[in-house]
Amino acid sequence: MSDQTQAAGTYSQAEEQTTFGFKLRALFLKHEWLRGYLLLSPTLLVMICLMCVPLFMLVAYSFWTQNYLDIDKTFTLANYEAYFQKPIYAALMFKSIRMSLYCTFATLLLAYPMAYFIAFKVTKNKLIWLILITVPFWTSYLLRVFAWKVILGFNGVINSGLISLGIINEPLEFLLYNPTAVVLTLAHAWAAFAILPIYVSLEKIDRSLLEAATDLGDTPKERFWRVTWPLSLPGVIAAGLLVFIPTVGDYVTPKLVGGTTGIMIGNIVQSQFGKANNWPMGAALSVISMLMITILVVTFIAATNRARAKN
Amino acid sequence: MSDTVSKAGSDVRGSEAPRVVESKHEGHSWTGEAPLFIYAVWYLAFLYIPVLFLPLFSFNDSIYVAFPLKGFTLQWYADMLENPALLRALENSVKVGAAVAIASTILGIFAAKAMTRYRLPGKGPLTSFIMLPLVVPGIILGIALLVISNTVGVDLSLYTIAMAHTLVAVPFAMLVLMSRLEGFDKSLEEASLDLGENAFQTFLRVTLPLAWPGILASTLLTFTISFDEFILAFFLAGNEVTLPIYIWSQLRFPNRLPMVLSLGACILVASFFIVTFSEVIRRRGVGTQSGSAI
Amino acid sequence: MAREDYISIRNTSKHFGSVKAVDDISFNIRQGEFFSLLGASGCGKTTLLRMLAGFEQPTLGNIYIDGQPQAGVPPHQRPVNMVFQSYAIFPHLNVHKNIAYGMRKSGLSKAEVDKQVDEMLELIKLPGYGKRGAHQLSGGQRQRIALARALIKRPKVLLLDEPLGALDKKLREQMQLELRALQRDVGITFVFVTHDQEEAMTMSDRIAVMSMGKVLQIDSPTSLYEIPRVKEVADFIGTINFFEGEIKGKEGEATVVETQGLGKVHSTASGAEAPTSGKITVALRPEKFNISFQQPNVQTNVVEGVLQAAAYLGDRSHYYVKINGREAPVAVASQNAQRQMQAVDADKHEKVWLTWDEDSALLLKG
Repeated sequence: MSDQTQAAGTYSQAEEQTTFGFKLRALFLKHEWLRGYLLLSPTLLVMICLMCVPLFMLVAYSFWTQNYLDIDKTFTLANYEAYFQKPIYAALMFKSIRMSLYCTFATLLLAYPMAYFIAFKVTKNKLIWLILITVPFWTSYLLRVFAWKVILGFNGVINSGLISLGIINEPLEFLLYNPTAVVLTLAHAWAAFAILPIYVSLEKIDRSLLEAATDLGDTPKERFWRVTWPLSLPGVIAAGLLVFIPTVGDYVTPKLVGGTTGIMIGNIVQSQFGKANNWPMGAALSVISMLMITILVVTFIAATNRARAKN
Repeated sequence: MSDTVSKAGSDVRGSEAPRVVESKHEGHSWTGEAPLFIYAVWYLAFLYIPVLFLPLFSFNDSIYVAFPLKGFTLQWYADMLENPALLRALENSVKVGAAVAIASTILGIFAAKAMTRYRLPGKGPLTSFIMLPLVVPGIILGIALLVISNTVGVDLSLYTIAMAHTLVAVPFAMLVLMSRLEGFDKSLEEASLDLGENAFQTFLRVTLPLAWPGILASTLLTFTISFDEFILAFFLAGNEVTLPIYIWSQLRFPNRLPMVLSLGACILVASFFIVTFSEVIRRRGVGTQSGSAI
Repeated sequence: MAREDYISIRNTSKHFGSVKAVDDISFNIRQGEFFSLLGASGCGKTTLLRMLAGFEQPTLGNIYIDGQPQAGVPPHQRPVNMVFQSYAIFPHLNVHKNIAYGMRKSGLSKAEVDKQVDEMLELIKLPGYGKRGAHQLSGGQRQRIALARALIKRPKVLLLDEPLGALDKKLREQMQLELRALQRDVGITFVFVTHDQEEAMTMSDRIAVMSMGKVLQIDSPTSLYEIPRVKEVADFIGTINFFEGEIKGKEGEATVVETQGLGKVHSTASGAEAPTSGKITVALRPEKFNISFQQPNVQTNVVEGVLQAAAYLGDRSHYYVKINGREAPVAVASQNAQRQMQAVDADKHEKVWLTWDEDSALLLKG
């Protein structure tokens, strides 16, 4: 106690109260948000330096020109003009978006019953199920994609397995190196990203709402469509976005299992930074991809919000 | 209920099974929900079996990854240990992973503490901002960082990889630590301040002992994220490469495939155990209902 | 000599965004008193307590404890300690370490601290509990340990944030008495936050009734109940019937009010901030009415009504009486001093008469 009293005593002295240090401390004490931001500032600084500034630079690059080994920094829209002049780019862009949409849809369709199962049907070992779902997500993305190449390959697990069982004589060529293989592999890779948000939204549903619906005469089917599904929609939407956005730009999966027909915009972007060595063009393609994704996502969210407001 | 949902699923078996009419949600075990349970098992098989082929064929005495299996061998594992380039890459990966784990967990603690313990104006947008690296496609972050390194004149090295990995690891660290901090009463820290300990002592005497499972889990998870990360490392690697980059470079050589399989198997098993361990410690004691299931 | 302004809250406000949680409050708390902040949730009482503890800083104004301004003094340097609503017992420490938590900087040797902890355990009637883990404690035990942990610091002021809210009714009543006795023993100023008026009235020397960030009235429990100054206080503490009326003049000592429902009311109730003419509210507590089934032989302060409902509660009965000119029935409480062998049948809608004393009819503003 004596310690406390003395401390309080010293700070009450007039000359102490006018020092800069005291004033600064009083300011931080008074404003909780200042302390919060102070604590948050290292993280924010890292995010700004490693994300915002680089992305800004990427945009700047898209207005420059590759001049053999160095960069011509005069402002130009040439890269964007090239995008619109060469139909291959736009075609590839739309193909990427289409494949991502397929993949998102497939992932959600596969994930929903699983999330539903964990949220509603598992009572005892929920934790184990959650961990089982999450763990593959943390393990190497490259290796998981590679595993699919091994499985679907011309001499891969499925083909050689079926041949050795005598079911087929010739390897099935349609397994690998096509868009379906890409969609399948991506759906596998992003499963946890889809399950977890849906699971959280289902878990949050107040169970008495479901009982109330049954009590008011809904059959289980009606109850699902009238109560459970609408309440889980935010989770489904979040899951959809979490899968859709990153998959549009993927290039590992198309490169390993997509073949020539399975390539996506990410492969072109990557080659601009590799073999093609045209960084500004690559930057422009990324900027266009980001814009397309943003427009799609914003339109989608606006549409769902409007639909929800209508109900 | 069960058959309603199975329509949404694509390969559910037994949807003609008798409909469970009055399904009370509490206290219902899966035994009465056969179709969904079967679906769940299939789903887990879908998740796990493809990956399990890597360890399986890593013991196969053939350079072709194909059935039928030829015989058991440990040769590919022996090859691995005698490959200096591989061991070098492993060492690099561990270095980068350790640096990323420490840096992102420290940043994550700061951010999580600020987000859970302070009334911050703009908390929602700020959280979304820190979460952004989760949704920005990896390729875009990768080339953006490549471009900035080039502009600023930073040579590509393990440092650039570590920085990029820290960026993507921070959101995970923050999520893990936020759910841990939300798992215990804020007034415990206030009580410590009230009893005369300053902010730093309070952190040492109360926050740290109570949050350590989250801190440990965050360290392990972020290490694994970095250890397994490929896309960013692909763009940002200099002369020194990490394991995933090394694997990628070996995929061009068909005769190296078995060694890649055994390496992959080792990485998968190690990742699996680290992640399972960290998931168990971080989810234990914190309700599974907590908002951040990721 | 006990200081009148041991704690002095001066023009203090706390704003959260546009919400004024505490709105320009000024009052003093005496040294050594048991002072309660009473109000519904969201009235600002907890915010005020947290400003005393230093967890919140006033947006405007200042708080003085024992003459020292507290602006800019962080919680860990304030001469106050707090018992939290959740008790905040450190789960990773045992009972002994919990109680000794704040003694690290006391400069005392380990042996001395141990001795003080044991004394504290005696004081809270949990001797020998030092080695217990935090998870092995009941709610009441946690509450006592939270108390001991704060008291061992010998604070100038002990702050208690609804510390009995989590306990069941029996235990709560027991703890109320113990807490009161403990406060007398240690002589420390207690500032107690509660939304339970009975709890506040049982324990406190004085109570500040708060609403919407303002203090409505500060008084002893008796005064708050018997002489509320404003309608909100009268309404918040106990049950009360309001009758709107208009002052007609004076008859001797008494003020005469023409009311809706009660007719002419003669009142000598003093101490109100009520106007001396114009519109006024007459307030009467249920137990201040006498109810009789025969017409009483009085001319003033009497009204006739019809019994609408009755509830027998053992020690007392509640009646609801419908009177002319008032929509809501009047609540009346009557002590059952004699044994009642026969239940009152309210369904018969019998005629009843209510009478009251001149000094129980309170005159309130508004």
